[in-house]
Amino acid sequence: MTLSVAESATPAKAAPLLPLSVNDFAFKLANANGTGSASANGLIMQAIFRMGIPVSGKNLFPSNIQGLPTWYEIRVNKDGHTARTIEYSLMVAMNAETYARDVKEVRSGGYIVHDSTWPFPNALRRDDVHYLGVPYAQMCLDNFAGARERTLMKNIVYVGTLAALLDMDMAVVNAMLDEKFSKKPTLRDSNHKAIKLGYDYAKANFECPLPLRLQTMDKNKDSILIDGNTASALGCVYAGATVGVWYPITPSTGLMDAFTAFCEKYRTDAETGKKKYAIIQAEDELAAIGMVLGASWAGARTFTNTSGPGISLMNELLGLAYYAEIPAVVFDVQRVGPSTGMPTRTQQSDVLECAYASHGDTKHIVLFPANPNECFHFAPKAFDLAARFQTPVFVLSDLDIGMNDWVVPKLTWDDTYRPDQGRVLTKEQIEAGGKFMRYSDDDGTGVTSRTLPGVTAKGAFFTRGSGHNSKGVYTEVPDEYQEIMERLTRKHNSAKTAVPAPIVEKRQDATFGIVTMGGCDLAVREAIAILAGKRHQADFMRVRAFPFPDEVEAFLNEHDVNYIVEQNRDGQLTTLLTVETGVSKDRLKKVLFYSGFPLSAAAVANFIMADREAM
Amino acid sequence: MSYIKKPVASHPSAQKNALGLTLRDYEGSMSTLCAGCGHDSITASIVRSFWELGTEPHTIAKMSGIGCSSKTPAYFVSGAHGFNSAHGRMAAIASGAAAANRELRLIGVSGDGDSLSIGLGHLCHAIRRNVNMLYIIENNGVYGLTKGQFSASADVGTKSKKGEANVMAPIDPVQLALTLGATFVGRSFSGDKAELVPLIKAGLAHEGFAIIDVISPCVTFNDHEGSTKSYMYTRKHLEALTPIDFVPEASEITAPERASGGLMEVTMHDGSTVRFRSVHEGYDPTNRISAMSYLYERQQKGEVPTGLLYVETGRPQMHTIMNSIDKALATLPFEALNPGSAALEKLQRAYR
Ligand SMILES: Cc1ncc(C[n+]2csc(CCOP(=O)(O)OP(=O)(O)O)c2C)c(N)n1
Ligand code: SF4
Ligand SMILES: [Mg+2]
Repeated sequence: MTLSVAESATPAKAAPLLPLSVNDFAFKLANANGTGSASANGLIMQAIFRMGIPVSGKNLFPSNIQGLPTWYEIRVNKDGHTARTIEYSLMVAMNAETYARDVKEVRSGGYIVHDSTWPFPNALRRDDVHYLGVPYAQMCLDNFAGARERTLMKNIVYVGTLAALLDMDMAVVNAMLDEKFSKKPTLRDSNHKAIKLGYDYAKANFECPLPLRLQTMDKNKDSILIDGNTASALGCVYAGATVGVWYPITPSTGLMDAFTAFCEKYRTDAETGKKKYAIIQAEDELAAIGMVLGASWAGARTFTNTSGPGISLMNELLGLAYYAEIPAVVFDVQRVGPSTGMPTRTQQSDVLECAYASHGDTKHIVLFPANPNECFHFAPKAFDLAARFQTPVFVLSDLDIGMNDWVVPKLTWDDTYRPDQGRVLTKEQIEAGGKFMRYSDDDGTGVTSRTLPGVTAKGAFFTRGSGHNSKGVYTEVPDEYQEIMERLTRKHNSAKTAVPAPIVEKRQDATFGIVTMGGCDLAVREAIAILAGKRHQADFMRVRAFPFPDEVEAFLNEHDVNYIVEQNRDGQLTTLLTVETGVSKDRLKKVLFYSGFPLSAAAVANFIMADREAM
Repeated sequence: MSYIKKPVASHPSAQKNALGLTLRDYEGSMSTLCAGCGHDSITASIVRSFWELGTEPHTIAKMSGIGCSSKTPAYFVSGAHGFNSAHGRMAAIASGAAAANRELRLIGVSGDGDSLSIGLGHLCHAIRRNVNMLYIIENNGVYGLTKGQFSASADVGTKSKKGEANVMAPIDPVQLALTLGATFVGRSFSGDKAELVPLIKAGLAHEGFAIIDVISPCVTFNDHEGSTKSYMYTRKHLEALTPIDFVPEASEITAPERASGGLMEVTMHDGSTVRFRSVHEGYDPTNRISAMSYLYERQQKGEVPTGLLYVETGRPQMHTIMNSIDKALATLPFEALNPGSAALEKLQRAYR
């Protein structure tokens, strides 16, 4: 059966040629959701990782199960700049519905790989790019049986094409397929066949490789490929968390999925098969945080994972946790708001919501991990801080960190680590002490002693979210109420020295500062390198926690101008810095990107350069 | 609200239970509720139940939401931790506490507003999960603490203090619980200690979610003529359906008084026995469907059947469903939880 008529593959005018670039380019794959492209694209990313080349993959997917367009971007950069870039040298255009915009995005001289089973619409042709038509549908029709297999294998065939075009190491690719399908020989064989089909076709019909080339390096020896949700979950396991409660929401779902898988693996009692953990899918986020409070109050390391809409629902009980001083760890994998917003796009727009969650005067500890490695290490940190300060702690990651695979340094664990349980009195301590007074600040640290239920009657007290005095007894007396509120402020401020310090990197002759947080890290660092190339030297600071350690304010005061780069519309980090440090507002300039896609260095560099040059 | 200290004079009954504790040892701080509030009588029954059971105070955890009813855990067992949480959230918070420490004896006290409006979802799901706890609804048909608005349990036609009649259909916690698969469902009246005490004891002995709806008149906002949750109305329409007798484990069994109907016995998880007799021929509290239809018919006639209305033993509770270890998760040593650096190293081969 033949699906198409052959078409002329050569444009009328010869398109310009790209200069040779080895291990320094980006390409994009355009697919339809639900066609199995995600695993094929992941395969490419993983193969490049195994070739030892710094690489990143960004999955730009729709909030949909099947049919809507989806993209995957891969960037390789020998110098380790792997933030998102929007300079695509090659587009694998597998979705006819998005041809128009996909064609536009390729840089001049770049390549468009498309399915030539059907003619590529002439109206969409540009004469400054190269078209590489491969009859994918026809090849799959001829070589595979059944509609599902043909759809799936089409993806693997284009992986083969790319392997030839980009000079991928075929031994690596083949080994990966063998591993992946070691228990499914039929699938393994069809995958090998599909790869070869694509590879051979490219070799026979195009000049391979293109000037875009992959060349084996040695940069990933001590790295792994992991997403932030998985790393956070692993961090929770290592922190000794025993209770996880959640309500499903993109992009945080993967965190509890991974926690479940790790617990099954590491926390199942070898003899009885019983579980040394409890995972509860709650009825909503109100219940999820409620269960966290109940379980934490009863002494278990407990967390919940959610995204912005969930935080909104949790607000009331977060205030209860703050005021009654109950530890709570909340992973907020941010997505685009407000409201339902764009659930599958990334943003950093829950900063203020988390820092001040709930009614009344409340302030919370917030951590900002920049990548999956930090997600892992911030998990035990979050539990320790929550226990030590008896308060909610937020770990604010985002969709880009949480759901995309990142190349990060291997995770390490110090076996001497023991959880900081904070001031929880043992039975002996309670029995030996005087009358237990829950909120009595005996040593002026702002942190008071806690007791757990089920230990001894002498330690019993009545936890309440209503006004209470230092004994934990109900009060409406102004002084007693204020005494507790003042202490809570002192306690919050004292966390400054316990939270992760900012990362500061200074340059000689720097004339201004660039400040950022979380997943903007790579793009901002690359932007600083770009700016340095244009003789704009900047110092760098990545804030990693709120309340802000003193170094944060010191850095801001050292620079007349600090550009605050963040991914939201209103400059939420800037606001927090303005309100919570003594720094003059005039020193801070907002650099905001909030379209929902991961940040690119060029966007940051261009903005700041324009501003510098206008000064 | 009174700030008078509770007098420390010794209780008239200085009788001691198996632990050598007096009734007084199971009391809490002085109630600040209105004199005559039904909730205070329930508190007294709870005190007596724990005392009679001889429960060690520190093993109890008292949970509540917000409302006059939710204040009451402060008024019983001062040797137990209490958690007066947020309006409607008690069931969720108690579920978390149960997850962390399965050895706690959880008792939750809530109101009809707390449970049937703002917290309805959590109540339903705690029932579904069969969380191991006793959940008491102190049901007065109004929001006492916010001054007498109708709650979701107000009957059609019942009158507010101002004389307005409620027109919306009530949510009946007993039918709701039965529909959702609850394994222990009771109803009683705050003024009937003789019925309430054995019912509470049986509920505490039950493995899984036990719910008792206790009609508890609000003397300030809902005890007038025309109210179907007043003392008068409740007394008149009460119908003790299954008078019960709670026989703790290892105590000598004496036959309870026999009325019409058959005598039944249910052995609870902890070895204790609940005996009851059905006043009505054919009412079988171990048959969910017939119980539901019988109760529905009586309620349509304006009657308030009380007693142990449904009981089912042997259904797995939350921890059994989750297959969690027998010990409290909260007390597991860190060494039993952390896989160690070698395992991490090995695991990461899969992330290459
Ligand atoms: C989120 C929230 N909304 C409203 C209130 C106000 N409020 C306090 S108690 C209550 C109703 C209590 O009714 P119920 O549970 O029946 O208890 P009762 O006082 O009747 O015993 C309400 C609406 C609150 N505390 N929190
Ligand atoms: S207002 Fe009603 S429910 Fe509240 S304490 Fe007074 S009588 Fe009891
Ligand atoms: Mg009420």
